Amino acid sequence: MGGFQFQFAPVFARSDVLLEGLWLTLQLSAIGISLGALLGILLAMLRGLAPGLLRWPVDAYVELVRNTPFLVQLLIIFFGLPSIGVKLTAEQAAIGAIILNLGAYSTEIVRAGIESIHRSQIEAGLSLAMTRWQVFRHVVIAPALARVWPSLSSQFVLMMLSTSVCSFISVQELSATAANVESDTFRSFEVYITVTAIYLALALAMRGLLAGIGAVLFPKGSGLGRLRAQSGR
Amino acid sequence: MIRTFSESEFLFIVASARWTLLLTVLALLLGGALGFVVALVRTSRLAPLRMLAAGWIGMIQGIPVLMLLFLSYYGLSLAGVDMPPIVAASVSMALYASAYLGEIWRGSIQSVAWQQWEASAALAMSRAQQYRYVILPQAVRIAVAPTVGFVVQLVKNTSIVSIIGVVELARAGNLVNNATFAPFKVFGTVAATYFVICWPISLLARRLEGRLHARRPG
Repeated sequence: MGGFQFQFAPVFARSDVLLEGLWLTLQLSAIGISLGALLGILLAMLRGLAPGLLRWPVDAYVELVRNTPFLVQLLIIFFGLPSIGVKLTAEQAAIGAIILNLGAYSTEIVRAGIESIHRSQIEAGLSLAMTRWQVFRHVVIAPALARVWPSLSSQFVLMMLSTSVCSFISVQELSATAANVESDTFRSFEVYITVTAIYLALALAMRGLLAGIGAVLFPKGSGLGRLRAQSGR
Repeated sequence: MIRTFSESEFLFIVASARWTLLLTVLALLLGGALGFVVALVRTSRLAPLRMLAAGWIGMIQGIPVLMLLFLSYYGLSLAGVDMPPIVAASVSMALYASAYLGEIWRGSIQSVAWQQWEASAALAMSRAQQYRYVILPQAVRIAVAPTVGFVVQLVKNTSIVSIIGVVELARAGNLVNNATFAPFKVFGTVAATYFVICWPISLLARRLEGRLHARRPG
């Protein structure tokens, strides 16, 4: 280690730059995760409603995305789409890649939740004169989401952390601004310790927030809350 | 000068997968060893030790792999040793794997029925003997499927080390794309190579999972 001395002062002096990066990370995460989750829930529902027609394309999408790195998906969108004439800013490419990536993981998670609903539940619902839509909405989708909420939450946090990869295409989010501050100050280790701490705080806050949302959507004492608690870790 | 995307570029990309595979294997060996320790500490009888391991897992799982990579890269260079980037890359991947494998294996150890602990204690086994002869052999069976599943995550995340100049698959794609500017062909090849590596592992994980459930009644 020799004479290395930690100097955080030059890093903190650039905190405005880092805060701008943090703001973009929050925006990317918020937009990408809500739309990605929506896409996933939608595809899982469609796949459940019309298995004959949609099972094959949905499964192909899920497998393709889940077996290739997020970085490569990002590069294909960022470099590939403009080469066929679709103009994109780096931010738009990043959002697109996040939605595409999280959409596949959410589809898979929600699908597993839907398939965990026993057929007898659906038959019971129909025998109570519920319409097919009511059964789907109250007997299939709601319990499925309650059951997979903890897994979805973990995936959302992972996606937020993965937004750091968007710095590869020079989206000025938190990691990219960290690199800027690093090249200004030459305090590499200090910069990345600071930014790592910010990501960690963000991840912890997000876990808390998602647990809170889960508690509101699937409240304790209800059947849905019980399903959520059973699958929670 | 713009080169065309020909057979030699294609082969360059596919051949660079050897670094992706090497990194994955190194991370599995190093991270597996560390992760095994994490899992044992996480299931220790001493609460402070358990909290320490839980803290490690929670921390690594709350940090982007990219940050782990930079911290390893600059941290190791602060230690004064001039090392090739592949070392920092392997270290960061191993740290990342240790937390996830530690958590997977903790779950496997804890899902062995608690009566197994009691029964083996009643046979006057030491803690080490309990692990060696009773708990771990059962935990390993439970752990296989999720561990194989995690290998897919590991392969994909090695793409991130391209930023410190290790010419693995993703970096090879970038280099070729800069020379040919045929992004769909280039990154299509890169994606296909990852897919060819990852998909069989995913299928294997799913099959192992299915088999495990089939053997356990209820």
